[in-house]
Amino acid sequence: MTEIEETSQKEETKEKAKHKSRSFRNLSDIEIKRLYKPQDISEFKYEQALGEPGKYPYTRGPYNNMYRGRLWTMRQFAGFGTAAQTNERFKFLIEHGQTGLSVAFHLPTIYGYESCDERSLGEVGKEGVAIDTLADMETLFDGIDLSKISTSMTINAPATILLAMYIVVAEKQGVSPEKLRGTIQNDILKEYIAQKSWIFPPEPSMRLIVDTIEYCTHHVPQWYTISISGYHIREAGSTAVQELAFTLADGFAYVEAAMERGLHVDEFAHRLSFFFNAHNNFFEEIAKYRAARRIWAKRMKNKYGAKKPESMRLRFHTQTAGVSLTAQEPENNIVRVAYQGLAAVLGGTQSLHTNSYDEALCLPTEKAVRIALRTQQIMAHETGVADTVDPLAGSYYVEWLTDKMEEEANNYFDQIEELGGVIPAIKKNFFQKEIANASYKYQREVERKERIIVGVNKYKSKEDSTPDILKIEDEVALKQLQLLSGVKKKRDNAAVKDTLGELKEAAQGTENLMPYIINAVRDYASIGEIIGTLKEVFGIYREDSIF
Amino acid sequence: METNRKIKVLVTKPGLDGHDRGAKVVARGLRDAGFEVIYTGLHQTPKDIVNTIVQEDPDAVLLSILSGAHNALCPKIMELLKEHNIDDVLVAVGGIIPEEDKEYLKSFGLSGFYGPGTEIKTIVDFVKNNLKR
Repeated sequence: MTEIEETSQKEETKEKAKHKSRSFRNLSDIEIKRLYKPQDISEFKYEQALGEPGKYPYTRGPYNNMYRGRLWTMRQFAGFGTAAQTNERFKFLIEHGQTGLSVAFHLPTIYGYESCDERSLGEVGKEGVAIDTLADMETLFDGIDLSKISTSMTINAPATILLAMYIVVAEKQGVSPEKLRGTIQNDILKEYIAQKSWIFPPEPSMRLIVDTIEYCTHHVPQWYTISISGYHIREAGSTAVQELAFTLADGFAYVEAAMERGLHVDEFAHRLSFFFNAHNNFFEEIAKYRAARRIWAKRMKNKYGAKKPESMRLRFHTQTAGVSLTAQEPENNIVRVAYQGLAAVLGGTQSLHTNSYDEALCLPTEKAVRIALRTQQIMAHETGVADTVDPLAGSYYVEWLTDKMEEEANNYFDQIEELGGVIPAIKKNFFQKEIANASYKYQREVERKERIIVGVNKYKSKEDSTPDILKIEDEVALKQLQLLSGVKKKRDNAAVKDTLGELKEAAQGTENLMPYIINAVRDYASIGEIIGTLKEVFGIYREDSIF
Repeated sequence: METNRKIKVLVTKPGLDGHDRGAKVVARGLRDAGFEVIYTGLHQTPKDIVNTIVQEDPDAVLLSILSGAHNALCPKIMELLKEHNIDDVLVAVGGIIPEEDKEYLKSFGLSGFYGPGTEIKTIVDFVKNNLKR
């Protein structure tokens, strides 16, 4: 044997060994086979497993025509600084063809603190727009016709208050509540599980959520009352299967809570929507969305007795995975986002937010936001992927994986049920531990190079590319504090005191709190004041710090 | 310092930021690397953090912030530490810290600035090599 032959043989063995050890497991740790064949889906029956699009069990999509009828809504999440600054960004996005608004609130609003609270130090206008009172909300939607646009508000613990403000702003524009279209996130369960922006304990929080469902059912019928969110569960480090299972379990818990209030499932279920993540593993994500629709439809029909098709039809918004964006070579994120967005579209999403490439470094710049929106427009208009419904149906691999995701999600539902349901499972830290374990495992795999992240643990480039970044000036905080104290001077403080007193009294009973909150908002009570009043009755939540 | 004592690290989340994936992964990674780790959980004010430092006497404190509030919160923590005459604790920041803010934070004695994508080993080595006692 010559030396060259020997070397090449050695390399071949090495290569084979490497190949053997390389694992083909997706992000949910499901082993992927070399090839999928008809026998992998031997039980597959078209009508039961998929059905036509727009028909039970909706695996192929909630609508018959899907994107041929209407493209998905391109909905970029935006908000920073003062309401006036975000209002400008909204108008910029509308001018560039965006069809729905999505509001990011700053952290003090999310936690129900006024901008002048000690805890708001350094946070005012940083991660989103500062909203203290109705006055800020009036500025935020100045010149935007609320009868024409749909608005999604990423707000949870204080969702009742922001919805109340939106209703009152519309009222002042002359738009009646039944014309309003939009969503409040209003999903407190995933806050305890993953995102951590809770205020009250779970039980009063669930009451507020059912209050919004009940109120909207009667007064704001086109409003989506909860956006049941897997996005944050995934961002906290869960697997795709965990995202799917925990999100749907939360959904079941809301349905059960509303039914306990005495609502019939067909009265409110069609106003529940979902919000999923689009992460890196392409087919896994697609299978996740398809499985989600099928699981939801079955459960709504078989367990909750839904009769109306709309109650069984799961519709969802998708955002590409912020956690997958890298600070290293940030331009590569444009490509990641495009693949992730494509998975969401092939999975049949109703609306999509594509992340900006610079988000691992800062809040997105205008240039980065434009590229992100263009990514969707290119997909919609140039690639042809929206021309036919559910194009991957019937693929041995995709159908096998969809079944597998459903099966694994069902295993989780059983575990949650054994723990006594979602709230007891939260209190036992079940979800929190599952996610922390998955997230640590993923990190270890990346560090051992079992999972490759380009530009991070492989193909690292020496030169550092730092793009221009967006900075929120500290004047924003100052400006917001002036606005807030101005409002407090101008308003009728006696009226505020009265409406807050009425709210407190109602909170001590069992009445629906929405009308009381609307009254307080109309009198320009601040978020901090309203939440503070409710805290006196409901108390606050504390979590165990496990890691 | 004696050789067989475990290095004690406090991992904490100042401010209202809820992004705790990184902090938890780092906390567990440090624990697996043999450190004694305390994780405070979320929503800590500068006062809360300094009180914990006074009580627990860690060798190092790792602050995790992804909300953009670092310029307000981190210097505040350093000021409070000074008031307590604590100057032998390594205080480092991780999260999303823009380049131009690093110099500002350095002027208060803060270091680290590890962002997304950092390997745990890097943080382990950093803590070991930069202890002040």
